[in-house]
Amino acid sequence: MTTVSSSAPERVGESPLRASLARRGSVFLYRHAKVRLALLLSAPLFWLGLVYIAALVALLITAFWTVDSFTGEILLDWNVNNITKVVGDALYHAVTLRTVGAALLVTAIDIVIALPIAFFMAKVASRTARRALVIAILMPLWASYLVKAYAWRSILAQDGIIDWIVGPLGGSSPGYGFDGAVLTLAYLWLPFVILPIYTALERVPDSLLDASSDLGAKTGSTFRHIVLPLIFPGIVAGSIFSFSLTLGDYIAVKIVGGATQMLGTLVYSNVGVANNLPLAAAISLIPLAIIFIYLGVVRRTGALNSL
Amino acid sequence: MRLSLSSKIVLWVTTALTLAFIYVPILVVVLNSFSTSRTLSWPPPGLTTEWWGKALTNAGALTAISTSLVVAAVSTVIALLLGTALSFALHRFDFFGKSTVNLLVVLPIALPGIVTGIALNNAFRTMLDMQLGWFTIIVAHATFCVVTVFNNVFARLRRVGTSLEEASSDLGAGIWTTFRLVTFPQIRSALFAGGLLSFALSFDEIIVTTFTAGSGVQTLPIFILDNMFRPNQAPIVAVVAVVMILIAIVPIYLAQRLTATDDR
Repeated sequence: MTTVSSSAPERVGESPLRASLARRGSVFLYRHAKVRLALLLSAPLFWLGLVYIAALVALLITAFWTVDSFTGEILLDWNVNNITKVVGDALYHAVTLRTVGAALLVTAIDIVIALPIAFFMAKVASRTARRALVIAILMPLWASYLVKAYAWRSILAQDGIIDWIVGPLGGSSPGYGFDGAVLTLAYLWLPFVILPIYTALERVPDSLLDASSDLGAKTGSTFRHIVLPLIFPGIVAGSIFSFSLTLGDYIAVKIVGGATQMLGTLVYSNVGVANNLPLAAAISLIPLAIIFIYLGVVRRTGALNSL
Repeated sequence: MRLSLSSKIVLWVTTALTLAFIYVPILVVVLNSFSTSRTLSWPPPGLTTEWWGKALTNAGALTAISTSLVVAAVSTVIALLLGTALSFALHRFDFFGKSTVNLLVVLPIALPGIVTGIALNNAFRTMLDMQLGWFTIIVAHATFCVVTVFNNVFARLRRVGTSLEEASSDLGAGIWTTFRLVTFPQIRSALFAGGLLSFALSFDEIIVTTFTAGSGVQTLPIFILDNMFRPNQAPIVAVVAVVMILIAIVPIYLAQRLTATDDR
């Protein structure tokens, strides 16, 4: 075995000592799969475990601490004041309801917009057009989130493009506020909703649709009774994105939401201006809990496998 | 599927409208960067390149761009090392807790950015008593960039299989030689694509960054956010926004092309 490898051309330049050390290491690793695995896993697990999991656990712990209102220092006296405040206070109820409402609204808008274009891409467009459309949907996904929110700031502005279009018809831009934020968030997450629905539609065999219409079903009832049940997991998969991304958002809300308070903006103001990390930590547990509940509900639809 | 002409037309029109809905806002930003109006009123009263000149000599904007480039580059290098090691471990081995590790990689981008942001902010400031700055931004970015590298390399490893490597070691090559001459050339373009995506992801990131940057270091997205609410800066922000789209789009385009040519 040694003779074979030493005659291999790539080893010519190496000194015998280094070569044999490398060789021994190589043989050792080859024989010990567990050592190979440990070497590969240790650094990433160390990083993700230490940086991320530890941080999440620490966040949970911090929610049970308090801030000294005079010095701004965090006191390590264990209590559930922050939790009871967040659960009991009417302000947090209102903001939670508003945020969940916005998330549901954004999700509904995105599904309504996504269904026709996804159907067109999957079942009507030619192969070339389909590929071009997929790229056209994918590209803006990568254009900066911030720039897109900023774009909507100028679109929604007074004398912006919406005023310019609907002004002559007697309308006006919704301006910065809840409606503007919902519109902007729906725009931001739209590609995330289109793509899973498109993938689900692509898997629906054309023959099923043909059979349905051969048997006399109209387009509408074919869609309702054949297509919709089949692509439901895809729709749910898309909704996970729009729902959870909206729950956690605060930048877009800050940019186009005016004074609208959402869970994200509350968390941010408690980290920054109010300097109350424990309370912020407690608030951030709300979207986390809602998302886990949502995921738990949709798991039954099998949507998590089509993510 | 056989559709009536009218429903086909309806689908055509809604598709065209949706595409317009997706692309008009981006075009508006590009046009605004050339607008003579300071308040970005629409339609632009006139076109000028004045803002481009001003923005490209604006010290704050230039510093922010170079900060973002450095942060993105360093986080990408870390993400490449960690993501590649992880993808090899998960592809080549079966071990206890494998699915947990898989979940762990995805978690930093699956959870809302604000949770990741505040968790890291809390860990750095409260738990470790650290100053926010370069180090904390890079650690945060590397953490959520790992998944893009992992996805690319893992998909590649699954596609190329292990037969060539087995042939290589059957012919007597050691682990290093096999990696250098067989494995690495097979995954090189996946590494490159994953690295480019991770670079773009880091370059654009704003939510986690606002929680980990502190006041001393300004990345490009933070520069835009800080200046967006200052009325006089509006045109310069528009220019920087366009620059940001360009810097992010180029790596994405390259990455897409790379994976597309490989998959053929």
